[in-house]
Amino acid sequence: MEMQMGKLPDESLPLTIETQNLGAGYGAGEVIHNVNLKVCAERVTAIIGPSGCGKSTLIRCFNRMHEVHPAATYSGRIMLEGQNIFAMDPVYLRRRVGMVFQRPNPFPTMTIFQNISAGLTLNGERNKSKIAKAVEISLQRAALWEEVKDKLHQPAVALSGGQQQRLCIARALTVEPRTLLLDEPCSALDPIATAHIEELIVDLKKELTIVIVTHNMQQAARISDFTGFMLLGDMVEFGKTDKIFTNPDDTRTQDYITGRFG
Amino acid sequence: MQRHFEEAERELKDALLQMGSLTEEMIHFATKALSERNGELTQKVFENEEQVNGLHIEVDEKCLKLIALHQPTAIDLRMILASVKINSELERIADQAVNISQNTLHVLKEPKLDEKLLDIPRMAEIAKAMVKDSLDAFVQKNVQLAKSVIQRDNEEDRLKSESFHELTRLMQNDSSTIQRALIYILIGRNLERIGDHATNIAEDVIFMVMGKDIRHNVEATSPAS
Repeated sequence: MEMQMGKLPDESLPLTIETQNLGAGYGAGEVIHNVNLKVCAERVTAIIGPSGCGKSTLIRCFNRMHEVHPAATYSGRIMLEGQNIFAMDPVYLRRRVGMVFQRPNPFPTMTIFQNISAGLTLNGERNKSKIAKAVEISLQRAALWEEVKDKLHQPAVALSGGQQQRLCIARALTVEPRTLLLDEPCSALDPIATAHIEELIVDLKKELTIVIVTHNMQQAARISDFTGFMLLGDMVEFGKTDKIFTNPDDTRTQDYITGRFG
Repeated sequence: MQRHFEEAERELKDALLQMGSLTEEMIHFATKALSERNGELTQKVFENEEQVNGLHIEVDEKCLKLIALHQPTAIDLRMILASVKINSELERIADQAVNISQNTLHVLKEPKLDEKLLDIPRMAEIAKAMVKDSLDAFVQKNVQLAKSVIQRDNEEDRLKSESFHELTRLMQNDSSTIQRALIYILIGRNLERIGDHATNIAEDVIFMVMGKDIRHNVEATSPAS
């Protein structure tokens, strides 16, 4: 199968993540095959493709969440800023590469404040004023501070779905990752909450590298700088988002984004 | 998978083709009225113009609706953008045919000029074929046909320049022909402009099919190239 892979979209941009012949699966079955992807620093990279194509598996490899599954398998290499992630402590890796999931998942028994501060306290931080400052900064970066600053000690589950998702982003930001993986972060949200998250993603890329998996192609077109199209575990095409959505090279990409696929 | 989009796309193309055949007919009757010195033939041109104007608005509405409801990408998006532009070109072609008719009605009040001075039938045939082929290229997504339309524009330009020089010489030699000759120059210009509009349509077709903008030789700077 011919693939448009491995091309660095812009030679001048530094890389955050680079996969080399990456394969991953469960037991004897391989879900993604031979993926060579270059994720540029401080840019938004979107991964699109039909259900089951391996998008989520791919980004779950980037912080080794994939191996949480007992039958998970890997082949090939993943470099994070030039270092092999499989030689890193997974906990350290996940501090550097944060993740937000499809459904907002605040810790249900905790307050808003506790949700955000949990990462710090688990990492041994005891200085209360330092923790309070970090909570405020994270909530501000996630564009949620103004909405929750007067109810920090209320249960996080009392927030709306969109607010809960921004809370999860704030929680991921507390440990100051350099990369954020978002697995369909807006699929459970209404259009207004989705717009908030999209604005937030565009703001955050000034300081973070973002990889987003999305089924919403308009969302990928709106917020990402680079887009990869996956099909049946292969990275069919990867390139600048405006090129992918106006004049893709591969007919399979065109068939998918124009809705002819299937 | 049959998509609602494809049904709407077919309706859009049908409307553009209808505009195309109306404008071809307009060029035909406008130039026939002049060469046969029969002013009544221009009536058909003015009638068709009303229909073209109605379709002009209808096609824009269809395009707007397709963009709003289907949020198209890639070839679909380029097809709609091309349709919006082709729609404008066809409306302008119709305007040129109307101008030819109006100029014809003026010139018919004057004595006949030597037909060799402006090869109207030849220019009209080229213009009509360019319009027809540019629209066929659009429907068939045929880049070669679109390129042949662009090449034929040179012939139309050459015929216009030749007649312009001949008519200028005539006016210099015989001042009583100035009014008629000037109108003939305008008609030559109208036909040449129709060729330019057909060329624009052909360029839009190439953009639609290949994603390459070949206008003004800016291909290399296009983000989609």
